[in-house]
Amino acid sequence: MNLTLKIWRQVSPAKKGKMVSYHVTDVSPDMSFLEMLDVLNEKLILDGDDPIAFDHDCREGICGSCGLMIDGVAHGPEQATVCQLHMRSFSDGDVIDIEPWRSGGFPVVKDLVVDRSAFDRIISAGGFISAPTGTAPEAHATPVPKKDSDAAFDAATCIGCGACVAACPNGSAMLFTASKVAHLGLLPQGQPERDERVLRMVGQQDAEDFGGCSNIGECSAVCPKGISMETISRLNHDLLGALRAGAVPAS
Amino acid sequence: MPLELFTVGEPIADTKAPTDVPVPQMWDERKFRARLVNPANRRRLSVIVVGTGLAGGSAAATLAEAGYRVKNFWFQDSPRRAHSVAAQGGINAAKNYRNDGDSVHRLFYDTVKGGDFRSRESNSYRLAEVSAAIIDQAVAQGVPFAREYGGLLDNRSFGGAQVSRTFYARGQTGQQLLYGAYQALERQIGLGNVETHGRTEMLDLVVVDGRARGIVVRDLITGQISTHLADAVVLASGGYSNVFYLSTNAKGSNVTAAWRAHKRGALFANPCYTQIHPTCIPVSGDYQSKLTLMSESLRNDGRVWVPKERGDDRDPRQIPEDERDYFLERKYPAFGNLVPRDIASRQAKNVCDEGRGVGPTGLGVYLDFSDAIERLGRSTIESKYGNLFDMYNRITGEDAYETGMRIYPAVHYTMGGLWVDYDLESNIPGLFVIGEANFSDQGANRLGASALMQGLADGYFVLPNTLANYLADGPFPKVAADHPSVVEAETAVRAQTEKLLSINGTRTVASFHRELGRLMWDLCGMERSDEGLRKALDRIPEIKHEFWTNVKVSGEQGVFNQNLEHAGRVADFIELAELMCVDALHRNESCGGHFRAESQTPEGEALRDDENFAYVAAWEYTPDGTPPVLHREALEYEYIHLAQRSYK
Amino acid sequence: MRVALHEVCHDRFTWVSRVSWAYRGAVATVTTQQAPRTTRKPGKFSNSVVKKAVMAVTGIIMILYLIAHMIGNLHAFQGAEEFNGYSHWIRTIGEPAVPEQTTLWIIRIVLLVSVVAHFWAAISLWRQARRARPVPYATKKRVQQSFASRTVRWGGLILALFIIWHILDLTFGVVNPAGTDTTPYDRLIASFSNIPITLFYVVSMILLGLHLRHGIFAATQTLGQTNKRRERAVNGIAYAVSAVITLGFILVPLSIAFGLID
Repeated sequence: MNLTLKIWRQVSPAKKGKMVSYHVTDVSPDMSFLEMLDVLNEKLILDGDDPIAFDHDCREGICGSCGLMIDGVAHGPEQATVCQLHMRSFSDGDVIDIEPWRSGGFPVVKDLVVDRSAFDRIISAGGFISAPTGTAPEAHATPVPKKDSDAAFDAATCIGCGACVAACPNGSAMLFTASKVAHLGLLPQGQPERDERVLRMVGQQDAEDFGGCSNIGECSAVCPKGISMETISRLNHDLLGALRAGAVPAS
Repeated sequence: MPLELFTVGEPIADTKAPTDVPVPQMWDERKFRARLVNPANRRRLSVIVVGTGLAGGSAAATLAEAGYRVKNFWFQDSPRRAHSVAAQGGINAAKNYRNDGDSVHRLFYDTVKGGDFRSRESNSYRLAEVSAAIIDQAVAQGVPFAREYGGLLDNRSFGGAQVSRTFYARGQTGQQLLYGAYQALERQIGLGNVETHGRTEMLDLVVVDGRARGIVVRDLITGQISTHLADAVVLASGGYSNVFYLSTNAKGSNVTAAWRAHKRGALFANPCYTQIHPTCIPVSGDYQSKLTLMSESLRNDGRVWVPKERGDDRDPRQIPEDERDYFLERKYPAFGNLVPRDIASRQAKNVCDEGRGVGPTGLGVYLDFSDAIERLGRSTIESKYGNLFDMYNRITGEDAYETGMRIYPAVHYTMGGLWVDYDLESNIPGLFVIGEANFSDQGANRLGASALMQGLADGYFVLPNTLANYLADGPFPKVAADHPSVVEAETAVRAQTEKLLSINGTRTVASFHRELGRLMWDLCGMERSDEGLRKALDRIPEIKHEFWTNVKVSGEQGVFNQNLEHAGRVADFIELAELMCVDALHRNESCGGHFRAESQTPEGEALRDDENFAYVAAWEYTPDGTPPVLHREALEYEYIHLAQRSYK
Repeated sequence: MRVALHEVCHDRFTWVSRVSWAYRGAVATVTTQQAPRTTRKPGKFSNSVVKKAVMAVTGIIMILYLIAHMIGNLHAFQGAEEFNGYSHWIRTIGEPAVPEQTTLWIIRIVLLVSVVAHFWAAISLWRQARRARPVPYATKKRVQQSFASRTVRWGGLILALFIIWHILDLTFGVVNPAGTDTTPYDRLIASFSNIPITLFYVVSMILLGLHLRHGIFAATQTLGQTNKRRERAVNGIAYAVSAVITLGFILVPLSIAFGLID
């Protein structure tokens, strides 16, 4: 099939970007979306043009590197990462808009590549259980009810791709933050730091130019791991509980 | 082709393991004999850690917790993206929670045997010994391992092991363990104990007065090349499966950090030991960029077959039972479809080579579930493997409940790597190598669920102890920014990037990578022969020459330039490929993942040659044009009896 | 115990973070030092979740008031005397224990504080959201969001204008066709005998319904009371409450407009 791609091109963070049209021909429906971009890039290189920069790594939907706004939907028409999107989801003659994640917290590095280190700083602020190596008790010392453990796992599957922020009309990182708060807060090991964790993480999130959550649900709808809005409720619950307990917020 | 493929140098030996005590006491003894660093002095000692996977992330976090000044480097945008994240199956640990006869000794035994008697007993024993503490550590960090209704951890048997010692978190064990290490690392970053350098690639090692003292890096965003110095350097840069272009590794996984260290004098051990996984989704076209692994567990219910006739391209459902060849069941009646990875892979290759492969490319075999669906019902199969069938459907667009799957082997792990001693220190003092980047405790083959175990064992428990012994001599004299070694390394890196950008030829980097990968897969893949390897050794120098005269790398040095990154990595893969072929050619025996056509039993099984090859082949780099030097480290088996594997 | 733990934790955290690409020097350096990240002053109300909670709590207060208000309105069906009597009763609640209009003023102050706080939090979060997406998408599609959630801000703004007009019209009578020196019932009839006013009122109440439809769900979520199991129920309640309130409010004006009440 033949396609027209309108791709955001931006040389560097400080420069202004614009949408540029490209035509790709003989696209196989079995190609992944990123492979289609690979083919385009090889052609651009041979033509002496600058290839399109985009982040990708594992190409099996787990590393969270790839992330593109495809026709206005984070990760495109399937609820999976871009690397798992195949061209059979499109038809001959389609015009496809491809943009980077857009958020104050995710400045563009080049073309479709954004800087998501804000997510790392949110984790750094409190998204952990303090258990220095060597301090761990025997693994079976504390049984964890399967229900809690499974719910914690569901939240822990977040791959940090940033689709939630990209899709959110408010540019909020709440689903990302909440998935970690919920994961650790559901486990007995996570209790001692539970109050402090949520306050610090939300504080850092606010400091990173992400928006506030208004419970719209776009995030969960595009999340390739299907993280539930329930995690956000848990975060809210934890945060208000922490404040009632007299903790001092961090933002 | 050079007349002489390699020369033989002095044998080497591990001098760190306390061999005067029995193997079960060695690690305790080593820890006791190792010198310590006073906590107050640790702030004055700095350590560079390259990589943030299970090994690098856990090491960086643990060293920072101990009080060293850690400088951590990674090429991805976040430490959470290291390729350990993609490991699916699980992690072994000798906990014996199932009371099924497991023990440290049994895990040790299984590791040495599984590695086809090409690993050190001392290292393998230690790996088994610290395995239990890894689970404790991960649970304390909040890693959500699968649990039973009673709230205790669940275990399963994995990769044909007879005991249930594998801990898992659905099909995402690597992800969850990595996030545990990542969060511990982020905590240290937040505390200001780790200096971070994301999107930064190591391009050279700085060796000063015989010690590894720093690295030269390129900031992938600004293109800035700079040198970072420290008292010790730890490489945790992963494996090199991407030398085959198509593998289950992430696109960014590369050998550059390890290879550049090799070129600075670090020995590269057993490069030809690669593991090939039998159940991957086959290649669908030339544009294919990577291969996706399907869990090995599918072979529990799927039957592997191809048509009896060559070129039979009917729909599989139209091929009657008596025209199908269930070749694994036919050749291995006892184990059938459950033969080990290397055997299943090789047999699939053989039937495809006979022209009986299926699918558009002819490189695939059927993994058929119709019998299992008939016997157990579709809903049972769905509940067991639903996510895998969905994944298959997403990638191929086919409904595997109806048509079965097409699978083909793919490279997914490399047992070879930089040579290290018991302390995980390379032959360059101060250069430590951990995780898949070192030549590993796995021998010639790795057992399922052992990669995660090794990465975390190295990072959490082994390195922090052995590195202290080295750092007890520090801090080492300050290295000036204009020290000749620094200037030389930095100049070399600049010269190489400038050279790559100046060639401006007619072929893309990817086209070279694909050509190299295809060559390696055909001639140094599942089955290697004298003739094929020699052919490869003729061809690789030609590819190398063409690369350096005809590659076209776009853009400039001082900017974000993914094409330039790829070019540097492919340049190193080409050199590595040559060494792999030399190693494969010299090792005229079959062992583990290395199968030499010349060395097989009459039934076509791998045949080891313990008399001549019971050693680690550690290669020394020599400048262009001269053959590499082989240093042998003899392997002795005191506790485990050498035996031939049989799965008939 | 809990407090002590927080203090311990607090001391251990220092706010040093990695240097982002924007701050990296352009000159080659042998070692790089990280720039400490500037932090904002801690304060309960600068936290986005706390702002949301303020919206949720004030929203609930206003919903409770709306329910009472709606029930009061329905007295119109009992005729002028009943309606005016009800109006008068509101001013006398608590008498003689407290002076006249005390309760009314308490209600008015609580409502005023709620409206202001609700509005402040909304504007503040709106500004934050605008900062969070400095460059808009060329194409952006909706995957999940409902009309109600999407219009909640503009709807809220229109409702704020409506409330001002509504108070001037029916409470003070300054913009009422019947003038200021009239009974509540007169003003009611005068307003809703006028078709444009009735239409404006009805449209505003539909907007209110949409606002509540999203607001009730969001408040429950913000206060951490939803989960997967309850999600359907919470959504159902949100629909039911917003529908009842909207219908309850438009019943009286429509009845007047169609001559059922005169």
